[in-house]
Amino acid sequence: MTTESNPVIGMTDVVKTFGAVRALDGLDLSVRPGEVHGFLGPNGAGKSTAIRVLLGLLRADSGTATVLGGDPWHDAVALHRRLAYVPGDVSLWPNLTGGEAIDLIGALRGGLDAARRNTLLERFELDPRKKGRTYSKGNRQKVAIIAALASDVELLILDEPTTGLDPLMEAVFQDCIRSERERGRTVLLSSHILSEVEALCDRVSIIRAGAVVETGTLTELRHLTRTSIEADLERPVTDLAGTPGVHDVVVIGSRVRFSVDSDQLSTAIGALAGRGLRSLTSSPPTLEELFLRHYAPAGGAIAAGARR
Amino acid sequence: MSTAIAPRHAAASAEPHAYFAGLGTLLRLGLRRERWGLAIWIGAISLTVAASFPTLAALYPDAASRQAIAGGIAATPAFSVITGPVESTTLGGLTAWRYGVLGGVAVALMALLVVIRRTRAEEESGRAELIASGAVGRIAPLAAALALAGAASCVIGILAALGGLAAGEPVSGSVLLGASLAGPGLVLAAVAGIAAQLVESSRAATGLAGGALAVMFALRAVGDTISGAGFVSWLSPLGWGQKLGAYGADRWPVLVLFAAATACGTWAAVRLCLRRDVGLGWWPARPGPAAGRRLGSPLALAWRQQRGTLAGWSIGFLVLGAMSGGMATDTEKLLAGNAKIIEIMRDLGGAGALTDVLLATMGTIGGLLAAAYGIAAMDRVSSEEATGRAEPVLATAVSRQRYIGAHLTFALAGSAWLLLLAGGVAGLTYAASGGGRAAFGDGLASLAVQYPAAAVLIAVSVALIGAAPRWTALAWAALGAALLLGQLGPLLQLPRAVMDVSPYTHIPQLPAAEVTWMPLATLAALAAALIAIGVAGFRRRDLRLR
Repeated sequence: MTTESNPVIGMTDVVKTFGAVRALDGLDLSVRPGEVHGFLGPNGAGKSTAIRVLLGLLRADSGTATVLGGDPWHDAVALHRRLAYVPGDVSLWPNLTGGEAIDLIGALRGGLDAARRNTLLERFELDPRKKGRTYSKGNRQKVAIIAALASDVELLILDEPTTGLDPLMEAVFQDCIRSERERGRTVLLSSHILSEVEALCDRVSIIRAGAVVETGTLTELRHLTRTSIEADLERPVTDLAGTPGVHDVVVIGSRVRFSVDSDQLSTAIGALAGRGLRSLTSSPPTLEELFLRHYAPAGGAIAAGARR
Repeated sequence: MSTAIAPRHAAASAEPHAYFAGLGTLLRLGLRRERWGLAIWIGAISLTVAASFPTLAALYPDAASRQAIAGGIAATPAFSVITGPVESTTLGGLTAWRYGVLGGVAVALMALLVVIRRTRAEEESGRAELIASGAVGRIAPLAAALALAGAASCVIGILAALGGLAAGEPVSGSVLLGASLAGPGLVLAAVAGIAAQLVESSRAATGLAGGALAVMFALRAVGDTISGAGFVSWLSPLGWGQKLGAYGADRWPVLVLFAAATACGTWAAVRLCLRRDVGLGWWPARPGPAAGRRLGSPLALAWRQQRGTLAGWSIGFLVLGAMSGGMATDTEKLLAGNAKIIEIMRDLGGAGALTDVLLATMGTIGGLLAAAYGIAAMDRVSSEEATGRAEPVLATAVSRQRYIGAHLTFALAGSAWLLLLAGGVAGLTYAASGGGRAAFGDGLASLAVQYPAAAVLIAVSVALIGAAPRWTALAWAALGAALLLGQLGPLLQLPRAVMDVSPYTHIPQLPAAEVTWMPLATLAALAAALIAIGVAGFRRRDLRLR
C-alpha cells in the first residue's frame, strides 16, 4: 500500500528523446493516492509519451519514474497487475468480438469481475458480440474502458479515454470515475475535455513541450490567473491602471473593464467602491482561460489571459 | 411531335463518366503505394521466365535430348500435375511447359493480392472512406485497382515475350507465351474484384480469391493427368494458358476466352460495387461470441490469430508431401518402362540415386516454405506492434518475453509440424505405392532434416524484430537469398564460400546423402543464439508506437 508521503505516480526530471525530438524535457509529475489527477496539454505536448513511460512501454533516457512504488520499466509485469490502462486510440483485433477483447485484456491483467463487466456492458450500451473491425471509434473506446473499469486494480491510467463517446456516454463515464474515486482508486486522466476535468479532477497538471508548467488543485490554479471585472461607476476612474495587479483597463463612459490578478482582487474592488459602484460583474477564470494561458506561445500568454 | 420526347432525368442524375471521377489520381496513388512490391513481382517473374530460355538451351542443347525429357515428363503424372503436358519440344515449347502454368499462377497471385490490397483492405482500414468522401466516382477505386493489376500482368507478359524474342524464338509463340502469363493475371484481378465486394474483411477476400485460384489449378491438374478428363482443363483460366500452345500449335482463338472471362468478371465486380455500401460487404458479418473465456493468455491469443494461417499452410504441405512421395514412385515406374531414359539416368548415377535426389530437392523446397511460414508467423509481432494492438496487451501483466514467446512458439513449432506433416505424407505415399521398406523413412527424413535451416531463417526474423525492428523485412530478403543461392548457385557454379551463406547448403541431402550431425547441431546453435538476441532486444527496446 502506498502512503500519503509516497505518491502513486512520481516522475522527476524525466527526459525522453526520439532522435532529435525531445518529447519529455525534464518532466515532474506527482499523483497522490486516491486522487483523480487531470493531465492536460496540447497535442504533441508529451502526455502520451509520459503515460507510456509510466507503463514501461518506453524507457526514459534520464530521470526517475515510479508507479505504485515500483520501477515502471523493470517491474512492468508486477505493476501491470495492479493498474489498468485505456489508450487514446484503441485498435482492436479485427476477428475478435468486443466481448472477447474485454475478457482477453482482463484475463491478461489477472482476471476481471464478471458481474461488473456485465453491468458496464449494459451501462455503456455495448454489444459484445460484434467483431472488432465493425466497431466505431466510440465503441472501440468503450471496449477498452470496460476492460479497465471491470478489473480490480489500484490505479487507472486513462489517455484521453472519452474521445469519440457521445455526451450521454460521457456522463456515464464521469459517474463511473466518481465511484472509482469513492472506492479509493487513484486515476490519472489525460484529457482535452475541460468540463470533464473540471467535473472529475482533484488536482491538475498542465504539460507543455514535454515539461509540466503548472500543477495543483483547480482552486490553486485559478489563483494564479486573473479575474475579469466589469463595473458601472458613478464617478469615472482615472488612476485604476496604477493599482497593483490590475491589467488591460478599458474605460467606456461610466463603465470600466479590466482584469486583475486573483491575489489583488480585494484591493481592486476597494478602489472601485470609493467611486460609487452601481453594478459589478466578476467572472472567475475558467479552466479554458487557464489552459489558453499556458498553451499559447510565449508572447500570446497575456492576451489569452485578458480575454473577456 | 414534341410530346413524343421522353424525359431523361433518370439518366441525367447518374452521368456515367462520374463513376470514374478521380480515376487518374487513384491510379497514381496505387502506383505510388505498390511500386516496390510490383517492381519485385514483375522483375522476379519475368526474369525467371526470360532466363529459362538460355538455361534450358544449356541443359538440352539438341532435339534428341529435348525429346527424351519430354517423353519422360509425359510418363510422369506427378509432373503433369504441376506443369501440365509438353506441347512442343522446341526450346520455347519447353519454357512454355515449365513456366506456363507456374508463371500464370504467380502472376494471378500478384494480381489478386494487389486488387484486394487496393480495395477491401483500404476499406477495412478506413482510408477508403476518406477517399470516397472526395470527388471520387463510386467505382473509381475498384477500376484503379483492376487497371493497376491488369497493367502489371501485361508488363510481365510483354517482358517474357521479349525474353523469347531475344532468345531467337518465333514471334507468335513469344506473344502467346506472354499472353499465357498475363491472361490468368487479368482474370484473377477480376475475380479478386468480385471477392472484395462480397466480404467485409480483406483476409476473407484474399482467401476467397485464393481459393478460386486453387480450384482453377486443381481443375487444370485433373484435366492434364486423368485420361478422358481433358475437357476439364478448358474450365480453368490456367488451362487456357496451356491451350494457347505457345511455340507449338499457336492457338490464337483461345485468347478470346481470357478476354471474355476478364470482361464478365469485371462487369460483375462493377455491378456488385455499384449496389453496396462503402465499408460493408454483400454478405453481412455474423455476430460472434459475447465472451472470451478461452482467451486468457498471450499464447491463446496467438493461437487465435495464427490457427487459420497454420491450417492453410498445413493443406499446402499435405499436397507437397503427397507430390514428393508420388513423384518418387513415378520416377521408378518411369525408369522401369523407358529404356532410353534409363540409359540417361544410369549415366547420372543410377535409378535409386535419381529418386533420392528428387526427394532431397522436394525436401529443400519444403524447408524454404517452412521458413516462409515461420517468418510470416513472426511478422505478426511487428504488425501487432504497428497497429497499436500490442500496446494494451503489454500494458497488462504480460512480459515482453512472454509476448514474443507466444508467437515464437507458433513459428518454431508450426514449421516443425509442417515439415513432419509433409515428410510423413511423403513417406506414406512413397511406401504405399511400392517404394520399398525404407520408403517411409526416406520420405520423412528428406523433409524433417530441413528443420534446422528453416529455424535459422526464423531466428533471423526474431533477431530483427528484437534488435532492428525497422528492418524486419530483411528476413524475407534472407529467405529470397537462400532460395536464389539454392536455385542458381549450382547453375552459375558459384564458389563454395558464397553457397555456404545459405543455411540450406549445410543440410545433408537426405536420403541421397549420409546424416551428418555436426552441421545440424551448428545450425541449431546459431538459431538459438539469434533467438536469444531477438528476445533480449525485444525486452530492452522501446515499444514502437503509433
